[in-house]
Amino acid sequence: MPTVSMKVNGKDAKADVDPRTLLVQFLRENLRLTGTHVGCDTSQCGACVVHVNGKAVKSCTMLALTADGAEILTIEGLANGAQLHPMQEAFRENHALQCGFCTPGMIMTAVDIVHRKGNNLEEHTIREELEGNICRCTGYHNIVKAIGAGARAMSGEVTKQAAE
Amino acid sequence: MSATGIGAAVRRKEDLRFITGKGQYTDDVSRPGQAHIYFVRSPHAHARIKRIDTKTAAGMPGVVGIVTGAEFAESKLGNLICGWTVLSKDGSPMKMAPHPALAVGKACHVGDPVAVVVADTLAQAKDAAEKINVDYEILPAVVDPTKAAGKGAPLIHDAAPNNTIYNWHIGDHDATAAAFRGAKHVTKLEFVNNRLVPNAMEPRAALAEYDAGTQHLTLWNATQNPHVARLVISAFVGIAPENKLRVIAPDVGGGFGSKIFIYPEEVVCLWAARQFNRPVKWTAERSESFISDAHGRDHVTTAELALDADHKITGLKVKTVANLGAYMSTFSSAVPTFLYATLLSGQYAIPHIYAEVDAVYTNTVPVDAYRGAGRPEATFVVERLVEAAARELDLDPADLRKKNFVKTFPYQTAVASLYDAGDYNASLQKALQIHDYKGFGKRKRESEKNGKIRGIGFATYIEACGVAPSSLVGQLGAGVGLWESAEVRVNPTGSVELLTGCHAHGQGHETTFAQLVAERLGIGIDQVNVVHGDTDKVQFGMGTYGSRSGAVGMSAIVKALDKVEAKAKKIAAHLLEAAEGDIVFKDGKFTVAGTDRSVAWGELALAAYVAHKFPTGEIEPGLKETAFYDPTNFTFPAGCHICEVEIDPETGVTSVVGWTAVDDFGTVINPMIVEGQVHGGVAQGVGQALLEHTVYNDSGQLVSGSYMDYAMPRADNLPSLKVDMTVTKCPSNPLGIKGCGEAGAIAAPAAVMNAITNALGTEKIDMPATPAAVWSTIQQLNKTRLAAE
Amino acid sequence: MYAFTYHRATGLRHAANLLEKLEDPKILAGGQTLLPTMKQRLASPTNLIDLDKVEGMSEITAAGRSVTIGALTRHNDVHKSPIVQQAIPALAYLAGLIGDPAVRHRGTIGGSVANNDPNADYPAACLALGATIVTNKRKIAADEFFKGLFETALEPNEIITKITFPVPKKAGYYKFRNQASRFALVGVFVAKRPSEIRVAVTGAGSSGVFRVPSFEEALKKRFSPKSLEGLTIPADGMASDIHGSAEYRAHLVNVCARRAVAAADEKTPAE
Repeated sequence: MPTVSMKVNGKDAKADVDPRTLLVQFLRENLRLTGTHVGCDTSQCGACVVHVNGKAVKSCTMLALTADGAEILTIEGLANGAQLHPMQEAFRENHALQCGFCTPGMIMTAVDIVHRKGNNLEEHTIREELEGNICRCTGYHNIVKAIGAGARAMSGEVTKQAAE
Repeated sequence: MSATGIGAAVRRKEDLRFITGKGQYTDDVSRPGQAHIYFVRSPHAHARIKRIDTKTAAGMPGVVGIVTGAEFAESKLGNLICGWTVLSKDGSPMKMAPHPALAVGKACHVGDPVAVVVADTLAQAKDAAEKINVDYEILPAVVDPTKAAGKGAPLIHDAAPNNTIYNWHIGDHDATAAAFRGAKHVTKLEFVNNRLVPNAMEPRAALAEYDAGTQHLTLWNATQNPHVARLVISAFVGIAPENKLRVIAPDVGGGFGSKIFIYPEEVVCLWAARQFNRPVKWTAERSESFISDAHGRDHVTTAELALDADHKITGLKVKTVANLGAYMSTFSSAVPTFLYATLLSGQYAIPHIYAEVDAVYTNTVPVDAYRGAGRPEATFVVERLVEAAARELDLDPADLRKKNFVKTFPYQTAVASLYDAGDYNASLQKALQIHDYKGFGKRKRESEKNGKIRGIGFATYIEACGVAPSSLVGQLGAGVGLWESAEVRVNPTGSVELLTGCHAHGQGHETTFAQLVAERLGIGIDQVNVVHGDTDKVQFGMGTYGSRSGAVGMSAIVKALDKVEAKAKKIAAHLLEAAEGDIVFKDGKFTVAGTDRSVAWGELALAAYVAHKFPTGEIEPGLKETAFYDPTNFTFPAGCHICEVEIDPETGVTSVVGWTAVDDFGTVINPMIVEGQVHGGVAQGVGQALLEHTVYNDSGQLVSGSYMDYAMPRADNLPSLKVDMTVTKCPSNPLGIKGCGEAGAIAAPAAVMNAITNALGTEKIDMPATPAAVWSTIQQLNKTRLAAE
Repeated sequence: MYAFTYHRATGLRHAANLLEKLEDPKILAGGQTLLPTMKQRLASPTNLIDLDKVEGMSEITAAGRSVTIGALTRHNDVHKSPIVQQAIPALAYLAGLIGDPAVRHRGTIGGSVANNDPNADYPAACLALGATIVTNKRKIAADEFFKGLFETALEPNEIITKITFPVPKKAGYYKFRNQASRFALVGVFVAKRPSEIRVAVTGAGSSGVFRVPSFEEALKKRFSPKSLEGLTIPADGMASDIHGSAEYRAHLVNVCARRAVAAADEKTPAE
């Protein structure tokens, strides 16, 4: 079996894998990082979204071997220790989750939206950008609110970091 | 109201684990040495299984074992059951055909499991499954419920002649017929209530483990009611005695009804774990969910509304054919009967109602409760009729409703329900005002300028939650009681474990239940830990569905808290050397009335366990109480939803551009969570009305079997929603709670379709009103208009 | 997914050699269509050649009156490219409509064009703009490239290396989404080129992307949505399924074409 190695949430990870192992399987089964979920088999629900080299990717639609040498960020690595990421805080504050299953993918997508579209997001932009993430519980109302708030809070983060 | 008490929008305690990826769903649990199971499913809707050749597959790498339906049948286990007996008009019981966990002799729908492969890895199990050769003789199939009982339809089960499960009815046939004879106006409509696939985002999953030493089985299962699962699997299927089976429902990623039922997969996993003496895991793939999770709705209905000269509704006649699929799922029989027709009076005083429901088998996935379960179907019938009647009579639909609302309570409907409290006009008026109903004409003209057609529609719905009491549901045929249990365990340091028989899969019980306990005991909500979802921890409970956890589950908590307080007062009286009757409990302190002598909650809890100098003859040490609560009636949430749509006539695309919901849920524990429930329900209802289409072709293949073809509501299909409330307290439970989980899904389909039919000026369009359907309706109307000119 | 042997190509030549010598090989570019197909066990290559680490095939360059996009360029990079946005804004706009943001981070233009999904967006742009598909062996005009459902002129051992798009005077794209898959139920790309006007349609046809000569004729007289009013195309040859009848698709071709022309007339393409 070929070997794959990558950096996941800042830590080196290496394993021999069956070539058909998907990145999400590698994360969940080899590394036991079960926060990344699988909700469909047609690359549409977005429960599996992680960041690969800083960009949101559906980890159910990427081979683990393709991610060789990549830096992966999963929901487990988003907080800074006990300090939640502003987007995580925004989801909790705005009741943007119910059963929690789609939440990791939503949050990882939300952070990626902010990286691409900035900190002042209009409602219609957020709704369009969530095309690849399905939630069955919330009706998206509070997710949209949370992403707007989280985006604004992330600009605070940047300022804070710059000041430090 | 305290900062975290009843009525406070407390942020959820459970969220921390979900937003950090630390939730534990069934598939996140792994046991040492676990094997994986793969279900070989029938690709045919109706087929005789002539032979299954497993020889090649058995020799494939990693294969632990292969079991066919016939081999599984040798274990002599019981079948899966429908636990609610419905009688036909003639008094005969429903015709329940056997439902073995693995099909024997015949497969009855695409997805019916016929064999399983257990292997070291899932990939190996799938590789081996491909080498299993099933020799099928394809039989003719029937998928259309209106054809299932007809001549020439293939017979699916010998136990059910004409594929008919029951011909049920409710109400007074003759009185209703008389009302129609005397009517000034009759509105008649035909509807299809489209079949839906529940699609909880966490696919169903099961992990079973056998301990050969203790002969104990453990099942981790994505279920909404672990105790009911254990009961059915023990008592009916007979896998293991109840005391040798533990069912754990860990974090569950949504249910919407689909995870109430006892399915073949968990039964086979348990059996295989013992058979092969290895933990066995199954997690559905989404395409598998589409053909194995119980579907929802699927009614074909003709309904008529009679009105007098004064526009008072005088009668309602309904005839429904309900498709129950290939087998009777756990509660399937009750959905199109007791959960449907008993709500056909809506919010209106309708003196005479008669409804007939025929339930049929077809070669499709079984149909059972899905968010709202019968009540959305009832609301759709009533609300579409009332709206259409208003149009036919050239009345404002809000006025016609107001005229016919039930205004005095209690109100006995013509279909058995006894409405206990409500103020339907209050929610209607509030909704009209919030929505700016008066401004609709102006908005419609604006839309016209942009080439769009705007429409507005109402749904003033009624719902019945907390289905109870047990004595009544027993009379109606339920195999179980619908009470709930709670256990309050006070720890020596004063913190509390609250054990509940309800199960949360998104509802936020860990927060709302803690709010109730914390307020009552005067402690912080962080001192209350809510325990649920494990049959080894919670003694028994009925689980969560039908918006019952607030009305029934929290009432049980109140009752347990009453007992805790009573005992605590006894202890306080002893500690304070006062009479028990003089002890007052307030703000977490027990005080002797009229004095400053008191003992704090924490001190009292410790004293209860230290029990030094306790008169143990009079007071037992410890502080832990259990209560079982059985309500006196259903609860009846109600409200008014207004939907505004804009249609692009060129493409047929309908955009929901405005939504106002004013609901009366009785007492609200946490408004943030309640609003969230409304949002989610509305999205599902909008999905049913505009997007979600479960299509079987004539040979019984599910054409819309993945997200490539089944349109799920996404963020850009919905607007922001205006959600508000009115409150009349429910007199049937101590907190006055009515329940909020299904309201949105009940109201929304009718509201959307009333808006679309308002915009188009025709009643003739079925759900889902997809762009293609709306466009072809417009074409049809244009043709008719041209022909008329 | 069926088992396969994985090969990580280090360069184009390496990939071509592997493709030449391995049995039943398949190229993995972004994988956004191939991997779901393999997961459903609808594709079962024995050997998978991953181009992910191949360098030099994801550049976007402008030369004269054309824009060349490397085959491994991700959809999001086409969408964000200042070169594409400036020269052919409709193409940048189109790339931003493919799949969803996460899919656009992985999916590549070469992979999409080679796959020729009848509901994909790029084939319409290639055909309307008169693109040239460049492979490791030859250059193929878009007119000759798309051969039907999932069929192209590519030989089994050929790899797309880049695609060259002549810069049009004006262009516009309008996509009408399938509500479930979000692929194009109908997508129309209209290009006003120096020599001709082209209208290319994806999604609607029962045999893949096609041009609409009658619309092109009408637009030649006057490049305006009005020129297309009342024009119809026959429902014969349109796809028909649960998402829409052939008649509906035929109707949408006209609607989308008019909206694409309107978008072409605007400075920035319509959202």
